[in-house]
Amino acid sequence: MNSLDYRPFAPQLPPGRARALPWLTVAAGSLATLAPAVAPVPVLPPLGLLMLLSWRLLARHSLRPWAPAALGLFDDLLSGQPMGSAALGWSLCFLTMELVERGPTVRAFWQDWALAAALIVPALVLARFLAAPAGAELALPLAGQVAVSVLAFPACAWIVGWIDRRRNYA
Amino acid sequence: MAPARDRRTGFSRRRQFGIFAGYVLSVAGAVVALVLLTVSALNPSAFAGARTGAAGLFAPASALLASAAAAVATVPDAVSSHFGVRAENARLRAEAVRMRRLATRARGLQYENARLRRLLALRDREGAPVATARLVSSSLSSVRRFAVLNAGRWQGVRPGMPVRGPDGLIGRVLEAGPTAARVLLLTDAESLVPVRRTRDGLPAVVVGRGDGTVDVRSVNATDVTFRAGDLFVTTGTGGLYAPGIPVATVPRPGRDVVRGRTVASADTLDYAVVEPPFFPIPASPLALPAPAPAAPSPTSPAPAR
Repeated sequence: MNSLDYRPFAPQLPPGRARALPWLTVAAGSLATLAPAVAPVPVLPPLGLLMLLSWRLLARHSLRPWAPAALGLFDDLLSGQPMGSAALGWSLCFLTMELVERGPTVRAFWQDWALAAALIVPALVLARFLAAPAGAELALPLAGQVAVSVLAFPACAWIVGWIDRRRNYA
Repeated sequence: MAPARDRRTGFSRRRQFGIFAGYVLSVAGAVVALVLLTVSALNPSAFAGARTGAAGLFAPASALLASAAAAVATVPDAVSSHFGVRAENARLRAEAVRMRRLATRARGLQYENARLRRLLALRDREGAPVATARLVSSSLSSVRRFAVLNAGRWQGVRPGMPVRGPDGLIGRVLEAGPTAARVLLLTDAESLVPVRRTRDGLPAVVVGRGDGTVDVRSVNATDVTFRAGDLFVTTGTGGLYAPGIPVATVPRPGRDVVRGRTVASADTLDYAVVEPPFFPIPASPLALPAPAPAAPSPTSPAPAR
């Protein structure tokens, strides 16, 4: 937050609720598959993953290091992927971010976006090969989902930024 | 973006260990995920209970959303029917005249068919539908094609039962929980249905592609020509699907392997009917009267798993 937004005496959310909010938003992203539609191709980006990466990139310590495994298991219950596929992919994303952040941690938004894209693409490719046989011709639906996911990241980052500003707790 | 407030350890041993434990747990989470993946690769239905339980927990929410969407979807229909009712009336009258001739002929054929079947003493198994329910949601963010059916074991739905819509086959039940079941759609990359062509009975299989279409592959014959408009129906081979359910049509001509379209489009706004398996697998192999270890002949492809 910049110095103009700094309001030291503004009422804060209780710490428990402030810490629960990132978990709840990621779980809500996973629940997006409950939308009443039977689609012929994967039309929806993995919103749980996008929310998770947004929190990781915008508010570094908002989630515990082991949060992606737990949240990924919840996502696997609903997404139709084999059990453990999101848990593995999301954990690997977090571990990669730890390696990336051994360098400078000050980033502009487009750098966040590029980083998110660099994590989303391998995560989706990994999920595809874990879910379906390698011989299946799924390149086109996968490419579409990758494009939608990368383009949806700014929207997720906006939502997460909005929530993070309001929870007023780092 | 400014760096977030750091989780700095300083000289505090407690905080240092806390951070370290966090990383250990994170790697442990990835390892547990790998173990779960291995288990589900070896036994795909290992976590069926947890998955269908979760599906049952959230299916009422999806069903509520689906009925809301259905209510909204009736609005444009009502508006257009209000304005187009006169033209539609004239069209339907003309169609009724045309259909009367067809219906008379079909009635005759039906009578003849029933008579011939009696003559053959053909044993048909046409069970009553097990359950009728909506497909409330689907795997929107995965490359697999599953749908969630708003009925489960308590309604009599069991894994392996075929699911059909008003037009044709939709898929089959893969996992059934207490109040919800997961349906493998025809378009999934692991779906396989033995079919025959209505025109001449040519055997084929309909294999899902995962991109909303299916492949129609000829079995047991090479240099097969598919014409545009060919319709494929289930054979009853494998004992899962009752024969004669429309499965797929071929929009464009081709040879041996062609792209097809499923006849029924799975939709949350429509109902799906769960039917009992055509010839259910006996509970134990010992219950079979004469165990015949016959090799699967090429004319009878394996049933969809």
